[in-house]
Amino acid sequence: MLCGLLPPAEGEVKWDGANIRSLGEDYFTDVTYLGHAHGVKDELNALENLRVSCALTGIELRKDRARSILADMGLKGRETLPARLLSEGQKRRVALARLAVCNTRLWLLDEVMTSLDRSAVALIRSLIEQHLLDGGIAILATHQELEVAAESTMRLELAT
Amino acid sequence: MLRWLVWRDLMLAWRRRADVLSTLFFFVIVVSLFPLSIGPETQLLRAIAPGVVWVAALLASMLSLGRLFANDYQDGTLEQMLMTPQPLYLIVLGKVLAQWLAAEVPLIIAAPLLGAQFGLSSRTLLILSVTLLLGTPVLSLIGSIGAALTLGLRSSNVLVSLLVLPLYIPVLIFGAGAVDASIMGMTTLPNIYLLGAVTTLSLVFAPWATSAALRISME
Repeated sequence: MLCGLLPPAEGEVKWDGANIRSLGEDYFTDVTYLGHAHGVKDELNALENLRVSCALTGIELRKDRARSILADMGLKGRETLPARLLSEGQKRRVALARLAVCNTRLWLLDEVMTSLDRSAVALIRSLIEQHLLDGGIAILATHQELEVAAESTMRLELAT
Repeated sequence: MLRWLVWRDLMLAWRRRADVLSTLFFFVIVVSLFPLSIGPETQLLRAIAPGVVWVAALLASMLSLGRLFANDYQDGTLEQMLMTPQPLYLIVLGKVLAQWLAAEVPLIIAAPLLGAQFGLSSRTLLILSVTLLLGTPVLSLIGSIGAALTLGLRSSNVLVSLLVLPLYIPVLIFGAGAVDASIMGMTTLPNIYLLGAVTTLSLVFAPWATSAALRISME
């Protein structure tokens, strides 16, 4: 619903005072969405995956910059392996690398921590904390505990 | 952006070239079966050639339609594409363009070689290529509407054929008609103009319809 794909049954979702369904593409200039289906293509390698997914959101990423980001994500040396040879956790790291590039205000993260080890979760936490420090908003749907250091956090416990 | 999208889809097609090749071989085999089964009656072969090549092209392009959105839908890429600041119209156009380049262009290249089996003159073969060049984009464009509508449904491949094949009829009539006219020694221009009109029309409206269908399928 927050993604604007599903119309809410009642009420409306507003961003900057305007209904997101009437904002259309303008809304997505402010949003980065990462779902549980991570959208990493098996046939492309990590580098191509990252550069293509950034290009689709309108950011041209140079090769060396993409390489350094992937290295930050703990994928050094695996940049040019086809993604089908990567483990599920590594693929997810490739998808997460997009967060380090984008400069949107709102992050919608849906179950991004499945099949991730402890160090990767720490990585996500630092990415989110940095994002919040920069004045961004992150909405995170998760089953795991994640403590984020931030000025304001809001916690919604839905039915377990 | 469009450049990246087309590059990505072509790259994916290249790394999975077996899919593309199977479409091409399907086309080659279907067209070749007719001369083999009918025998060496030049007159008859020449008369059925336009229809056979065009129907085979329609069927072959049906094979690749299922892949247009389905893979991206399954791994979540489509979801992300819908949520980019790019107009969906352009994304659809890019994907259709890549599909056309990967799946239809090989057919256009192979068609004159196959037409030679039917004893067509070189002028007719040229007309055949021109009509395919004009007509196959329509197949991809209209096909994309069907592919988007049936996204995520069971037995979507059969459903796509049922939805889309009737819509291909105008292309079939004008395309095969032009080649027919050329065989008879008449002017082919009216048919080619009409085919061009169909192409232009679907170029404008099909991506828009596909975008709407995608939004419905993703809800």
